[in-house]
Amino acid sequence: MAPPPHRRPGFSRKAQYGLFVTYVVAIAGTIVAALLLTISVVDPAGFSALRTFGTEITAPVARVVSNAQRSSQAATHTVSAYIDAASKNVMLEKELKANRSALIEARALRVENARLRGLLKITDGEAQQVAVGRLISSTASSTRRIATLSIGRNFGVERAQPVRGPAGLIGRVIETGPTTARVLLVTDSENLVPVMRASDGLPAFSSGLGNGLVLIKPLNLGESPFKVGDIIITSGNGGLYGANIPFARVIRKTSEGALGLPFADPANTPYAVVMRPYLVEARAAQQAVAPDGETKEVAE
Amino acid sequence: MKIPVSSIRLPTRPGREYESRFDREQSMLKMLAIPIASVILASMVTTLPIFSAGPLLPPFGLLMFLSWRLMRPGLLPIWSGVPFGLMDDLFSGQPFGSAGLLWSLAMLIVELIDSRAIWRDYLQDWLIAALLIAAVLLGGWWIAGLAHATPAPEILFPQILLAILLYPLVVRICARLDSWRLAT
Repeated sequence: MAPPPHRRPGFSRKAQYGLFVTYVVAIAGTIVAALLLTISVVDPAGFSALRTFGTEITAPVARVVSNAQRSSQAATHTVSAYIDAASKNVMLEKELKANRSALIEARALRVENARLRGLLKITDGEAQQVAVGRLISSTASSTRRIATLSIGRNFGVERAQPVRGPAGLIGRVIETGPTTARVLLVTDSENLVPVMRASDGLPAFSSGLGNGLVLIKPLNLGESPFKVGDIIITSGNGGLYGANIPFARVIRKTSEGALGLPFADPANTPYAVVMRPYLVEARAAQQAVAPDGETKEVAE
Repeated sequence: MKIPVSSIRLPTRPGREYESRFDREQSMLKMLAIPIASVILASMVTTLPIFSAGPLLPPFGLLMFLSWRLMRPGLLPIWSGVPFGLMDDLFSGQPFGSAGLLWSLAMLIVELIDSRAIWRDYLQDWLIAALLIAAVLLGGWWIAGLAHATPAPEILFPQILLAILLYPLVVRICARLDSWRLAT
């Protein structure tokens, strides 16, 4: 369509000035937006009140749609459970028998572990649960991987608390509102998680790649020691994320580490548990030296 | 074949089909509210429970904004990129002000193109929108990189492609909204 001929508004002074003013306002507005952007780049936590407001007003719709999604998923699951029910039943009974003995052994090991720990007088930070919520939306169009949690300060959720699902670690809380909170997922590039290999405790770091995968880098230099299928769990170092939370499975070996697929899929997790930081005192001491969000990682 | 005049359907407000068609006026509220509300609602799509592994959801707010601008030049004022962009920043997860700046620059670029070109057809609109979508998404990636650690830009390509391919659909939605907006 041709643009309307508003550029030459005739001899009317009023119209000419009006046109001029819109250009001035446009340029001034652009500069103001650039200034706002500078402020939010310097202080990423600033403007969180505005973002929280945006999340809060849209949360009711997200909650309703999320509920509807969940119940339709449940219905599909119930229906699909009837398909091949007999053969599934036989298979599950077999598995149950095999698992029963493993479970008894695990119980015995737990008791033994507690006894040995008691002898050595080791006290672990007990990862306690703060509240249970659901993930109701995510920033699906941005390069940042942030999800919205259905609970906020009303349930005692605070900044820098780890969040996990039934399958594994989801992320940590970065902003809280009255009834919602924003969670930085483990797949965000900024989320570093201290992890280890489940089989031998090989220490490593995980950082998100922004595409649903995480990059797992071992602390020791040298050839990548990972194999496809290795199970990665959190190590509890740093005192934020609790120890032994299932984290990811290695799906590919790379030159400097491995690519992992996190166990917790935000799209598919029925609930999200907000936990207290694992070692509160150690964490507080660390925060006093280098607070989250204010200390910059030095680029290589 | 000649189309009989009686078969052309003029958009009319529901419930007014049987009233006189002379001397009707559009509702001022609708004229203003529909473009504004449609862009803001399109920006709010990200708050629905849509989970993707990477950035995949097209920026519907930007698509709607560009459609209105390219389909109806002169409807949105030149400065409107700033308020619409800042509104989009509330929901997108980008640093606040990022879309405010980028949308406003996009608006000024379209204004520049309009002052050079006499006439644009639909394919040219699509090309302009495609370039602006790619530029705004890559700009958003760069801005997010100023404040936070960001992944490699390659992960944006599927989103850019999807957004460009979805633009015609959004223009059609926009055109339907426009005929509703102008219905008497």
